[in-house]
Amino acid sequence: MRRSILFILFITAAMTTFLLLPLHARHARQRIAGNDRQHNAQLQNLHVTDLCLATEARYTRHPAMADRHAPFQEHPLALEHFPSGSLVMPNMTERNKR
Amino acid sequence: MKRSLERHLNILEFTLASLLRRRGKNLSLLAMYLLVVFILASLLFFVAALKREAAIILNDAPDMIVQRLMAGRQDLVPVRYAAEIAQIRGVAAVRPRYWGYYYDTLNGANYTIMASDDPALPPESAAIGSGVAKARNLKVGDLLPLTSYNRAPVMLEIHSIFSSSADLIAADTILMPPADFQKLFNFPNSQATDLAVSVRNPQELPTVAAKIASQYPDSRPILKREIQRTYQSIFDWRGGMTLMVLTSALLSFIIFAWDKGTGLSAEERKEIGILKSIGWETSDVLLLKFWEGIVISLTAFLLGVVLAYGHVFFLSAPLFAQALKGWSVLYPSFQLVPVVDLYQITVLFFLTVVPYTAATIIPCWRAATIDPDTAMRY
Repeated sequence: MRRSILFILFITAAMTTFLLLPLHARHARQRIAGNDRQHNAQLQNLHVTDLCLATEARYTRHPAMADRHAPFQEHPLALEHFPSGSLVMPNMTERNKR
Repeated sequence: MKRSLERHLNILEFTLASLLRRRGKNLSLLAMYLLVVFILASLLFFVAALKREAAIILNDAPDMIVQRLMAGRQDLVPVRYAAEIAQIRGVAAVRPRYWGYYYDTLNGANYTIMASDDPALPPESAAIGSGVAKARNLKVGDLLPLTSYNRAPVMLEIHSIFSSSADLIAADTILMPPADFQKLFNFPNSQATDLAVSVRNPQELPTVAAKIASQYPDSRPILKREIQRTYQSIFDWRGGMTLMVLTSALLSFIIFAWDKGTGLSAEERKEIGILKSIGWETSDVLLLKFWEGIVISLTAFLLGVVLAYGHVFFLSAPLFAQALKGWSVLYPSFQLVPVVDLYQITVLFFLTVVPYTAATIIPCWRAATIDPDTAMRY
């Protein structure tokens, strides 16, 4: 078979897989909506304020509850040194300006 | 129609042969291109899925959290504040929250401890996140030994373990009855960590917050929309993680697109000269280079996006999870629900495939319009 035909077949297969991704995502969301993932009553009652993304420091575990000074409050001249501190930052809101 | 198709197939055939002649160079180019698309697409999928999770989880967040500040730091809130805040017009309910952190000296992990008044949780028992269960090798019915703040042992029976699908909420969480929480931290009876306030009309939230701040100058109200905004900004393109990955991937892409766009190698110029001298039109040469750009960029784009989907949603994004883990001993498994944002994928296509194809064609157009003899003499 000609190389050009082989290439077109390859690109068609890759394109079909690519176009199937949104359908797979939709199907996965519908499947998960049926289980108890979002409806675990015990967890829902907690009314959590933060996602568990990084647990190494208090201000990266609960950035919504922290302020911008939190990383520097461990002791005088404390430096922010946790790696996730550079990725997960508290938001600059009205409360941070207080 | 058939003749035009045949022409394209022939030129594609020639393009593939030409690319295979310089196999080493073109395969390394394809690998580099694929890596850039893979990183960018992984980031888009990861961020879109986390944004969706954050929106769902934080939908249940309290309307407002009231903290108390003491000497510039967060301090415990007197429980009497709850009754007084409940008297403010528009406030539906005020619930004291009891939570804190526990450093486990056995494995160096930090746990989030929360008191739960769920009647299903009997005294001296705990519901734990799957991360805690994994870190301490626990199963339902086992005993979790903790040490209280006055050095007394606190033994809790594992009542339930949250499934790993709830890791983004509670991987590091230990829920226990309020009495056990009080015993563990020697927590003062008349104080709480903070207060969760519900307001009847969400429009009144800023007014209620202002009243609380004025009534208690040492308080700090945090509105639900501020909590949500924190996560939007973390996953925003200007957020630390996104900006770092985006900048490095785009810079690498610009470097090799620039290299491609700034000129042709002597060999490529010679090839164009020969093709022109044997009768190829300028349009044929441009079509050849167009197909060359398409073969490399479309292959890299399609494979990069499909591999990125697998990386984020089937393998739980190990590349990004490593960055977020940092020094954490305990971390969630990022079992994310797949989300494909077609708008972002389209932007990625126009950011990668189009500039690369243009960068391939423009120098060729300059070489193809000069005299074949001059082109061959380079």
